[in-house]
Amino acid sequence: MADITAPAYRVIPIIPALKPGAMEGKGPYVSGEKMNEDLGFPGKLVDDWHDKAIAKMGDLLGKYRSLKVYMDACVHCGACSDKCHYFIGTQDPKNMPVARQDLMRSVYRRYFTLPGKLFPKLVGARDLTREVLDEWHNYYHQCSECRRCSVFCPYGIDTAEVTMAARDILDSVGYGQKYDIEIIGKVHKIGNNLGLPAPALIDTMEGLEEDVKEATGIDVRFPVDVKGAEVLLITPSADFFAEPHIDSLIGYAKVFHATGTSWTLSSMSSEAANFGMFIGNYEQLRKVALRIRQAALDLGVKRIVVGECGHAWRVAYSFWNTLSGVGEGADPDDKFAQMLQKQLDHRYRQPTHICEFTWDMIGQGALSFDKEANDKHIITFHDSCNVARGSSMGGYPGGQFDIPRNIIKSVANHFYEMDPSTTHEKTFCCGGGGGLLTDDLMDLRVKGALPRMEVLKQVSDEHGVNFMAVICAICKTQFSKVMPIYGFDRRMVGGVHQLVSNAIKLGEK
Amino acid sequence: MMSTFFAILFYFASLVLVVGTLYRISVYTRTPAPLKIPTTPAPTTGGGVVLRMMREVFLFESLFKANLWTWGLGWLFHVSLLLVLLRHLRYFTEPVWSWVAMIQPFGMYAGITMVLGVAGLWARRLFVERIRYISTPSDHLMLALFLAIGLSGLTMRFVVHGDVIAVKGFMLGLMHFDLQTLPSNILLYLHLSLVALLMMIFPISKLLHAPGLFFSPSRNQVDNPREKRHIAAWAKRMESEN
Repeated sequence: MADITAPAYRVIPIIPALKPGAMEGKGPYVSGEKMNEDLGFPGKLVDDWHDKAIAKMGDLLGKYRSLKVYMDACVHCGACSDKCHYFIGTQDPKNMPVARQDLMRSVYRRYFTLPGKLFPKLVGARDLTREVLDEWHNYYHQCSECRRCSVFCPYGIDTAEVTMAARDILDSVGYGQKYDIEIIGKVHKIGNNLGLPAPALIDTMEGLEEDVKEATGIDVRFPVDVKGAEVLLITPSADFFAEPHIDSLIGYAKVFHATGTSWTLSSMSSEAANFGMFIGNYEQLRKVALRIRQAALDLGVKRIVVGECGHAWRVAYSFWNTLSGVGEGADPDDKFAQMLQKQLDHRYRQPTHICEFTWDMIGQGALSFDKEANDKHIITFHDSCNVARGSSMGGYPGGQFDIPRNIIKSVANHFYEMDPSTTHEKTFCCGGGGGLLTDDLMDLRVKGALPRMEVLKQVSDEHGVNFMAVICAICKTQFSKVMPIYGFDRRMVGGVHQLVSNAIKLGEK
Repeated sequence: MMSTFFAILFYFASLVLVVGTLYRISVYTRTPAPLKIPTTPAPTTGGGVVLRMMREVFLFESLFKANLWTWGLGWLFHVSLLLVLLRHLRYFTEPVWSWVAMIQPFGMYAGITMVLGVAGLWARRLFVERIRYISTPSDHLMLALFLAIGLSGLTMRFVVHGDVIAVKGFMLGLMHFDLQTLPSNILLYLHLSLVALLMMIFPISKLLHAPGLFFSPSRNQVDNPREKRHIAAWAKRMESEN
């Protein structure tokens, strides 16, 4: 940690120069034998990894139209080449989205296309050697699957899809990443990424009730495993104890309290995050999502609300209906999905983002705020990548941008936007997303935060911005870790519902 | 002799182009998209998706957001190419369709702008460090191919005129399986050979970006995952296993 320093801010705009090999290396820690086997992956790199990897690639090419089309369609136009935060921060050319894709595309061409079989040099095709596999492990763990490149690609090629496929292939030959695989194992075993068992969760929630009582004099509840509650809250487990995450959890609880909504957490399914997406493995993605379905069925809830978490909201919004039936519009003969969809209350969108919930309640006049309580905060909003480019809110395109901002403006007086080339769908990843929020990648994380830090510095200088609101657990952790390295106070980052919590009036309307 | 050679070449190239591209499209069609992955904000209706695709196809909307130089040169090249192709319909129709006759003058100048577009794109590939880094030999050759086709065509149009009546006779003959004599002209031979080459590499090269765009899930999916359950057949099978 001590030897990691922030790269210098760039003069904007600038054409980034290349530093080939800047991020060469071994990549993140390789997952251990036991954790791999827990997930059904080979314990360590198998002897016939070459054939297995190519076979797996063929399998994925047949299962995912995205991968197949994206392997074929790229023309190397370079539209994406300067769009990745990791490229901007590291200047390693292999962190240009197109070059990252080409790490796999070159292998695809060699084994799956005629020109690549006949004239490999001509079309940039290459054999899958051990060096190539190592390169995959390194550079496919320098992509946070944030999809910024896909916004700019004339064919919509999404490097996240390629990264996911690469990680799926690596896992299938026993060469996965420790951080992701260890965490998924914990979810299967205990129910959340932290490995926080039920008694500890219940204890923590009781502690929170006491804290809030002490601070406000009001009995705000943090219920766990309440059968028949209306709302099941699925939130990232970091919300249960990490700073500043916990302040948002208090915010959700206060909103539920003030609106008289009965709600509950589930100790069996106490995690919104789904790292199955990060490793691109459909079975894992599905298995993690099914816990939530099970909790909803067991507790008999009518609504499922999701807390502040970027990729979790992408999974919830875009994938849950597919994976576990949380949503609506299943075919009448689709028993699996109908079983749950009959139980849910379809006057509401399923699942609902906590921001959608709060904004609806504000719209109905069910909440009132003391905006002055946030006057010490001069606020800006960082769009979290997975919310911005992989999901929506409010049922209309762009609701994911408006709704969190509307909430902030309803609960606080001072709000400023950052440079528009870095917000909304053009937002930058925090630098820690996509399964990279691990200490062994700290150098990469610091460098990847550069483009966001640059524009934060601008609004901080121009408007005195001293608070960056986010709706993502990874953003919160990542920023509070890297911001001090850029000379900002770590407490400058916090959740939207932390601001809600500060200003909400309880016990009166 | 040469007439026979070019007749066979064009029948073969057409076959490769049509069968190859249809095969690719059938693969794309058959491959499922198991998850909803439109790059958001995305349209929530089918009509909205059609509009989004049209903006991509005709205006290169995403590229416009990315880089104005690449967009400008790329758009110039593609629009010019389209006009040039349409203009060439006059070699395959008798009488020439009136709208083809109408765009004839534009089509001629489009040949020039097409060459300029290609040259600009190639300059970018050669002189911008990032783009040079990602370029393979085939990327350069593809531009060389378009440039050679364009220049050979322009030379015949503006410098050394060929016998276009006879060329048209040859092409119409091909269409009716009635072999006519192709004028003996080295530039024409070059032009036609390169066009045939282009047709043949279309289904096995990055030229697949043309059909590929229509199958890109991040662009062609409706953003309605909460409202409608979307599931691939291979994923649905997992549900019956439990």
